[in-house]
This record gives sequence, structure tokens and C-alpha cells, in this order.
Amino acid sequence: MSELAQDERIKTTSPLRQALVRPELGSIAGTIVVFLFFGFLAYDSGMFSPRGVMNWSTVSAQFMIIAVGACLLMIAGEFDLSVGSMIGFAGMMIAIFSVTLDWPVWTAILVTFVMCTALGALNGYIVVKTGLPSFIVTLAFLFILRGFTIFFPQLIERKTIIGGVSDAAEGDWLASIFGGKVGEPVFIWLADLGLIDVFERGNRAGQPVIDGIPALIIWAIGLVIVGHFVLTRTRFGNWIFASGGDAQAARYVGVPVNRVKILMFMFSAFCACVFATCQVMEFGSAGADRGLLKEFEAIIAVVIGGALLTGGYGSVIGAALGALIFGVVQQGLFFAGVESSLFRVFLGVLLLAAVILNTYIRRIITGEK
Amino acid sequence: MAPLFEMQNVEKHFGTVIALGGINFSVSEGECHCLLGDNGAGKSTLIKTMSGVHPPTSGQLYMRGKLLTFRDPREAMGHGIATVYQDLAMIPLMSISRNFFMGNEPIKNVLGINLFDHDFADRVTMEEMRKMGINLRGPHQAVGTLSGGERQTVAIARAVYFGAKVLILDEPTSALGVRQTANVLATVDRVRQAGIAVVFITHNVRHALAVGDRFTILNRGKTMGTAKKGEITPEELQDLMAGGQQLAELESSLGGTV
Repeated sequence: MSELAQDERIKTTSPLRQALVRPELGSIAGTIVVFLFFGFLAYDSGMFSPRGVMNWSTVSAQFMIIAVGACLLMIAGEFDLSVGSMIGFAGMMIAIFSVTLDWPVWTAILVTFVMCTALGALNGYIVVKTGLPSFIVTLAFLFILRGFTIFFPQLIERKTIIGGVSDAAEGDWLASIFGGKVGEPVFIWLADLGLIDVFERGNRAGQPVIDGIPALIIWAIGLVIVGHFVLTRTRFGNWIFASGGDAQAARYVGVPVNRVKILMFMFSAFCACVFATCQVMEFGSAGADRGLLKEFEAIIAVVIGGALLTGGYGSVIGAALGALIFGVVQQGLFFAGVESSLFRVFLGVLLLAAVILNTYIRRIITGEK
Repeated sequence: MAPLFEMQNVEKHFGTVIALGGINFSVSEGECHCLLGDNGAGKSTLIKTMSGVHPPTSGQLYMRGKLLTFRDPREAMGHGIATVYQDLAMIPLMSISRNFFMGNEPIKNVLGINLFDHDFADRVTMEEMRKMGINLRGPHQAVGTLSGGERQTVAIARAVYFGAKVLILDEPTSALGVRQTANVLATVDRVRQAGIAVVFITHNVRHALAVGDRFTILNRGKTMGTAKKGEITPEELQDLMAGGQQLAELESSLGGTV
């Protein structure tokens, strides 16, 4: 079999090509295109001033949080269409617990997290036990959870928005982890150096225009790092790939496929809950319509990031870049003064382009026909 | 001395269907025992019984004369019985080294966190594949870029590396071209020379004769007899597999090409 040693039909590839051929390429290219585009279109609009950067970073971070959960779940071979409803539900539960029932906010947050991850586990349990497509099971939960999110506040408070969470959360240690800001002294120092502007009028005159990095952004970066690390560097990450790539083949070699899938549903619910908690702490209220369509935005970010819809292939870094693209486009069109309805057109075109590029790259990498 | 692995009077019933009706079968170290049978002869049921997927309805399995009981494939693997399934061996989207260690990932502890030891996995994968006569471009190559024969070889190398004493190959050559088949057969030969007992399932008489030491024909859930290498001609094997005369009649019109 020595003739197998070197297959003359395999062309040697340049290191550049090898470096480019990776799952994230589509999203890296997309990120560059988007930044160039808005660099020309909105360079003088303040989009790239410290405040502008903070603006689209925050929006991107929101997408990122749910994209990480959706990404790992998709690589494990499943979807979660209930993410948006879960966000609405989790926010509402926090508000009901802390405002209506007057629990301490940290208790409200912890109980909500336990409830939501349990619901994620239920999603996963139904999927692995019945063998039904997760598409259908989580679609059912999309409606069930949204229904409860509208029903509970109407039943208890006769309204669909519950406010007053900010007052309740005042001084709460756990609330500040979700709604606080980080690095205030650094920004005051930067303002003193003249590197960032300060307010010139109003009741915050003299304070820097950015007074800290929102906890939301820290959460997003943290989740991306943890997600990427688990996926690429741990045994469990290999199981995630294997479960989505071919569940039966994975079972034959002893991978606990059901456990992996259920855990990924729980993680997706956890991410939705992080999103919801940050949002409620920021707005100080919970609304029954929060999180609408978020499940699709998460899936789009993941797919732009190079993941395969059928599972077994993808990248958390790619999904994070997909979320960044999402945030930059949405806010960039606003800065550029473009009619905001065109956001969807732009996004659709970008999605299509990224997916075509990703499919092409994936074929090179995996030898798919 | 007792053979390495032995099945005695193994029966398997699915409801009213008798899939296996009293099978006796054995394989020794360094032996390649071919199991031949046409579609529906009970080959799949037999390997699934050997590998722990189906518990037998009655009958016993022995390893070196000791009675074996296992409830699932993982326990069977613990006893050194490994099965390479034709199309379920590998995940095409994943790299070779990730596939190689799937379910048995090597762990390295860094700062109290258990990490997948990629360096170790990559090195071992390259080494084991070289032993099997395949020089990979790199361990990160996706399995999907390999040919069918190479995939079978990775799966066999994996089973051997993880301590298979009895290696069950489920029709490893049925979907392959001529040259790839030759490579897989050469791999089977290497594995046998390393002292591993090989159970080679096929319905191709020529592939069986190329590597087999003994041949057992399975038909309608029963063994039709076992023959040693050199004691049986390809024609006899072919006839036994088809259950006797029918094929002989056909053969005259086809000019003996089946």
C-alpha cells in the first residue's frame, strides 16, 4: 500500500488558502464589507465616535448572547424557535416576582433562571424522547410561552407591561451583574485626558458621555469565550459536534447524545434568560411583546457565522461575528439616515451572500458533494 | 484451548420471527473468520447479537471460555468486542483526529480544567494511520474528504487502537471500488497479523477468499456449515450462500459470471 503514501491527485495548497478556508470566513468577509460600507456611508454621522461605537456594540452584544446559545444548539443538531418567547417569558417572570410579589430581585432572577433552564430541559427531553423535529417542538413552545407571557400580567395586574423593576432592583447585588456598568473610573480618566467627550449641558454636565461598559457587553464577550472554548477545546465540545454530525454514529462509540442535546437546549434557554434579565434591568420594565422574532435573528447570526443548519458544523466566533454584522447594519442604517425598513432588505441580501460563500467554503473543507 | 470468542446455540427471535435459529460460531486470535450470507440471511442480527445491540433470546457467548453477558455495545466494547459498521463508522463533517477519539477523548488537565488533548490526539491519529499504510495530509482533514476505503481504514485503526480483541467488520467492502477494496483487505490482513480475531461479514465470495481462514455460510437464520481455507471452492461457497440449486440454473444462462 505504499502507493497510497502520496496521492498525486491532491493539489498542494498554499498556506494563505489554508488560512482562509475556515468556517468563519464568510462572517469575517461580511464584517469587513459591512464596516467598509458604513465607513463610507456614515463616517461623519458619529457612528464611529465613542458614543456611536458603544451604541452598536450594545445592540450587537444583545444578538451575540442569544447567538451563542443558538450556535451550540445548532451544532448539536437542533433548533430552538422558542428563544424569543423565552425572552419575553423570563422578563415577565422577573417583573412579576420582584414587583408584584415583592420578592428580592436576586431571588426573582435566580428562580427565573431555574424555571427557564428547566423549560429548556423540557424542550430537549421532548425532542430526544419523541424523536420529533426540534423545529416542531420548540414552535409549540414559542406559542405556549408567549401565551403565558401575555396571560399572567393581565391576570395579575390587568396590563401587559409591568414597570418598577428599577426601583426594586436598587442596590441589589445580582441585578447589578446584569444591569450595571463596568469600568466607570477608566472612562472618567479617559474624559479627563480629553479622549472622550463630556456632557456640556444638562444635569450630567461634566460627566463623560460614556460612563462605563454595560454588563450586557461583558456577558456577551464572556459567553462567546466560554462557548468557543467548550466547543473547540473540551471533550464535551467534541460530543456536541458528534451529536449533530451523526447521532447514531456517535451513540455507537458511546457519546451520550441525548444528554448533550438536552444540555444544549438548557444552555439556549439560559442565554435567552441572560438577555431578558439584562433587558429588564436596563428598561426597568417587562413587556409581553419583548423578544419577538429574536429566535430568527439568532439563527440568522449563526448561519452567517458559517454553521450548518443540519448540525455538526459551525463556529461560535463565526456566530459572534454574525451578531456583530447584525448590530452594525441595524444601527449603521440609522446613523446613515437610511429608511429603517431597508434594514431587512440589506440583511436578507447579506444573509444570502454569506450563506452562499459559507456553503462553498464548507464543501472545500469537508469534501461534501 | 478454548477459542477467543465463541457463540453456542444462539437464537434470536423478534416476535414470531426466528431471525437466528441456533448459531454456533467461533473465532481465534489472528484468525479471519468470514461470515457469508445473502440478504436476509441473518448477518445483521448476528453481528448485532455479538456486539451487544440485541441480547440473544437463548444461547451463550464466551470469551476465552468464560461466559459473557452484556446489555449494550459499550459493555461489549469493554470486553474487547468492537464493531465497524459500514456506513455509521465516521462523521464526515468532523476531522479525522476528532473522529478517531470520538467518545474516548484524551484529556489533559490545565489549571484544573479538563481539556481535549488535541496534540496527543493528532499525533496518535497520524501514527496509527501510518501503521495502516495511509499517510494523511494532516489530522485536521475532514473525514468527508477521504475515500470510502480510507474511512473504513480509519474506523478499523480506531477500533484496534482502543483495544479491540475481536473486530467485527460489517460488509466493509460492499460499497467500494476495486483498488479501495484491495486496500481494506490489506488492512484486514495487517490487523489479523497483529493477533486480533476478525469477523468479516460479506456477501462477496472473492473478497472472503482473499483474506479468510475459515468460512461460515449463513442462510435463513441457520449456519450451513463451516469450511477451512483450501477446503472449498468459490463455486461451492456461492451455491451454499444462495441456498443450493437456484443459482446454478441461473448461472448457465449468465455464463458463470455471478
